[in-house]
Amino acid sequence: MAAGQKTAGEYIQHHLQNLQVCKVDGEWVWNHCQGNFWTLNVDSMFFSVFLGALFLFLFWRTANRITTGVPGRFQAAVESLVEFVDTSVKETFHGESKLIAPLGLTIFVWVFLMNLMDLIPVDWLPATAHVAGIEYLKVVPTTDLNITFAMSLSVFVLIIYYSIKAKGVSGFVKELTLQPFNHPIAIPFNLVLEGVALLAKPLSLSLRLFGNLFAGELIFILIALLGVWQLPLHFAWAVFHILIIVLQAFIFMMLTIVYLALANEEH
Amino acid sequence: MDINMTIIGQTIAMIVFVWFCMRFVWPPLVHALDERRKTIADGLAAAEDGQKKLEEAQARFEETVRESREKAAEVIQQAEKRGREIVDQARGEAVSEGERLIAQAKAEISQEASRARDALRGDVAAVALSGARQLLEREIDPATHKQLLDKLASEL
Repeated sequence: MAAGQKTAGEYIQHHLQNLQVCKVDGEWVWNHCQGNFWTLNVDSMFFSVFLGALFLFLFWRTANRITTGVPGRFQAAVESLVEFVDTSVKETFHGESKLIAPLGLTIFVWVFLMNLMDLIPVDWLPATAHVAGIEYLKVVPTTDLNITFAMSLSVFVLIIYYSIKAKGVSGFVKELTLQPFNHPIAIPFNLVLEGVALLAKPLSLSLRLFGNLFAGELIFILIALLGVWQLPLHFAWAVFHILIIVLQAFIFMMLTIVYLALANEEH
Repeated sequence: MDINMTIIGQTIAMIVFVWFCMRFVWPPLVHALDERRKTIADGLAAAEDGQKKLEEAQARFEETVRESREKAAEVIQQAEKRGREIVDQARGEAVSEGERLIAQAKAEISQEASRARDALRGDVAAVALSGARQLLEREIDPATHKQLLDKLASEL
């Protein structure tokens, strides 16, 4: 444990604190940003952008060198991922779109990589950062609500875009107001019902990912408090967590595709 | 845990990443996959075509072999027939030649026989004459009785 003299509560608090920067009275301030919207979680942003760039760099390099003959091992892995996403999209989304499949691939691999950070023992990177003079470091971007909400809200915007594109503004409004009860009197009721259903999509999408990863991270932190016993427990939980990180990445991608497919369909 | 500016930063990052993936990563990958799929499909079609051609060639080959076998059998049959004919002909010629030789030999024999008979006849006349001469001793003059003796000899 890096937290030598800290109590358990302080240790957990310390691990759940983002490295933040904000501007107060024209000056950049580190880690004293409570309640200030214009705060950046530097650690979340850094790992998120780093992992996204890593994913894109590896795939872009493969795409540039791709051969239609016998593929290398990494190319074969990339191809199977692309094939997998492509199949998922084609089975679900029955329309022409150049965006959905790359969006699905980006979400799947990116979220997977961000989740994967959870498997690095919880103290390694924060302790290294501490040596380098950085006080706080939260290494799993998907345990930050800002990250998951940013992604789900982007998907939400796309849902609305595809709804309007497929049905027009009037069609979209009709869908919100004349369902499930097609009567003028029922319009407010329908609006509430459909509005909740619509808003529940980005909310559930981001909270599911955040909740799973946050809980997993918390359990890793709790296990890290157990002294020697953390070794077998950490191993067991990490093995179980491998399933969760892939599953959550897949669910996020699949639901994105399903929501967009639903938005694109005529009723 | 508050919602803060990070959400904007992450949104921008996501837009950029998805755009980059859509523009530079996805198309070449999918293009390559489609191309390989096409190559494999072509290869399979070609293999099927080759299989069909092989079968056709096999059938043609068997047909040719069958025809050749029939032709060979026919040739052998003809050859046997021709052989038999030649043998028969040879046998006929041999028989007629033999008969001819036999007839010739017979003719020669009869010729020889008649010649021998002529010679014998002369000899008998001489023997008879010498016998008669011994019997009669000098009483008979050969010159006077020659006519008689010739007549006798021709009657033998």
